Amino acid sequence: MKVKPIVERPLEPLVEAVAPATLPGLRFPWPRVLIGMAVVVVLALVAASLGSVSIPLGDAVRIGLDRLPGIEFTGDWPQSWETILWQLRFPRVILAVMVGASLGLAGATYQGVFRNPLADPYLIGVAAGAGLGATVVLVSPIPTYVGGFSLVPIAAFIGGLLAITVAYGVSHIDGSTPVTVLILAGVAMASLASAITTFLMIVVSPDVRPILWWLLGTFNGSTWKDVWILVPYFVLAAVVILPHARILNVLQLDRWQATQLGVNVERTNLVLLVAASLATAAAVSVSGLILFVGLIAPHIVRLIWGPNHRALLPMAMVVGGGFLVLADLGARMVLQPQEIPIGVITALCGAPFFIYLLRRARRWRV
Amino acid sequence: MGALNNNGRAPMLAIQDLRFSYKDEPVLNGVTMAVGHGEVVGVVGPNGAGKSTLLGLISGILVSKSGRIAIDGHDVAQISPRERAAMVAVVPQSPVFPGNFTALELVLMGRTPHMRLLQWESESDVRLAQRAMEETGCLSLADRRVDNLSGGERQRLLVARALVQEAPLVLLDEPTANLDLAHQTGVLDLVQQTQASRGGSVLMAIHDLSLAAQYCDRLVFLHEGLVFADGPPGQVITEDIVRLVYGADVTVITHPVMGTPVVLPVAGRMNAVSTAGHTNGKLSS
Repeated sequence: MKVKPIVERPLEPLVEAVAPATLPGLRFPWPRVLIGMAVVVVLALVAASLGSVSIPLGDAVRIGLDRLPGIEFTGDWPQSWETILWQLRFPRVILAVMVGASLGLAGATYQGVFRNPLADPYLIGVAAGAGLGATVVLVSPIPTYVGGFSLVPIAAFIGGLLAITVAYGVSHIDGSTPVTVLILAGVAMASLASAITTFLMIVVSPDVRPILWWLLGTFNGSTWKDVWILVPYFVLAAVVILPHARILNVLQLDRWQATQLGVNVERTNLVLLVAASLATAAAVSVSGLILFVGLIAPHIVRLIWGPNHRALLPMAMVVGGGFLVLADLGARMVLQPQEIPIGVITALCGAPFFIYLLRRARRWRV
Repeated sequence: MGALNNNGRAPMLAIQDLRFSYKDEPVLNGVTMAVGHGEVVGVVGPNGAGKSTLLGLISGILVSKSGRIAIDGHDVAQISPRERAAMVAVVPQSPVFPGNFTALELVLMGRTPHMRLLQWESESDVRLAQRAMEETGCLSLADRRVDNLSGGERQRLLVARALVQEAPLVLLDEPTANLDLAHQTGVLDLVQQTQASRGGSVLMAIHDLSLAAQYCDRLVFLHEGLVFADGPPGQVITEDIVRLVYGADVTVITHPVMGTPVVLPVAGRMNAVSTAGHTNGKLSS
């Protein structure tokens, strides 16, 4: 149906004197995103070169480029370096970037949909629910793979959706979702899911160490297989969520205004929540529960570039990816040769940050 | 009523036997009314008469189980929120303003019903927004953050946002509430000079009968969920109707400048008539 404007009038030229500051906010922030991605690539290469066997950065870059089609380096590096990089460190840093980007994107999306700056994949229960879903498949007789297709992310997705449904259902009162109730319900769901996860793991094996790795997350032992498990969900979530940037801005108005501006609020929220939960579930399936990334990354972006989702969504991915590369490097290096769960590092950064946000939030009475 | 018979063209807004209840509490008990193309209509009545409910049903934030609302001949139950928003714009009463957005960004959100998911604002959208802000006298605020603006400034932005929506029908929900005297006439003048003067229709829920009389072509009195009176202000603003609908004793005089009716409350006579107001008879001019 086409509605004609009431009066057709020629448009005057742009008023040049005003509104220069707003106009860039209407475009996709390509320069920022590309520079950010370049920085993440550099960080990832530096992280890959560091470790128990230190490889000069130049050689790490050459070993990386060597495998690209059409590029040939005749290096004099030891064969073991190539093995270390290609079998251990490259999949590890690439997975860290993708998990960080997934969680950053999911966090920004939850915050936008709930209009709640404290929403985070873990704090609203999705991540722990996903962890439980994944654990059920991993410890039960259910086959992990069916025809080369991993069931773990699917089970994680179901667990995550269940958790968010309960948390949201409990906290959704008369058309609004009080921030504190949502977070409390989410944390309660997370505790419950983590408790069941722990129980299931102990039933299967009395060794408690894997539980710790799982509940605090790790990229120890990550392989290309993990990367390929994550890729389709990562791409799907990004393709669904990123085009919604403009609508997410409109959703920051109350839902009545958004409806009156022509947004199908319920359907949009559902699509975004499912996509964000898919990204979270896939990330959890390959790395365990890595706390606070989904909170920190979007907030750093907001502090620097403001709340416009056109910049917020892609930059939360970039910052989340970069942050997890650094956190993983820390997890490998601080107690070398002993590794610590990456969640120790992210929580050390994230928990104080969360408290800082709570303090600020008191002013806005969120 | 001329509004219903517009050379065979469907009226801008046609409401038939509309009913609505909150839980068990009926608010609208079968409202039938219309707004013609280019008409400015005021919905008046005491608090709780269902004015805001009526506007909410037209703009899609409430859904009625009984009755029919047609906008320019399209049944609202059969069009998408986007299609509806292209035909009906709303200036809400006290909306949430997310901080951190600029005034221009807020006004540009009015283009939402005209854009597809993958589409972002074009240069002509920005021009439209700037023109609307110029018309409503808030272009100089374009780069200001909306949470730093005054009530009057916000109202101008909301009118500008409704204008860029290019909807043939604009709904105003208590446009003068929370505004001081100068801004009350200011915002209504604005709507008259923009939406009304370019041939669009306006439906406003409004408290102030005397102001409504100056700006509206027609007034619809809601009383106990029904249309009690419907006609030009000069015909329906009478001491009897106001007493029956509002339960307040008033004197109606003629505005010395505008020639429109002015309603003057009479002190101390509120309770004397409050029980006499329950007549379900329907007056119509």
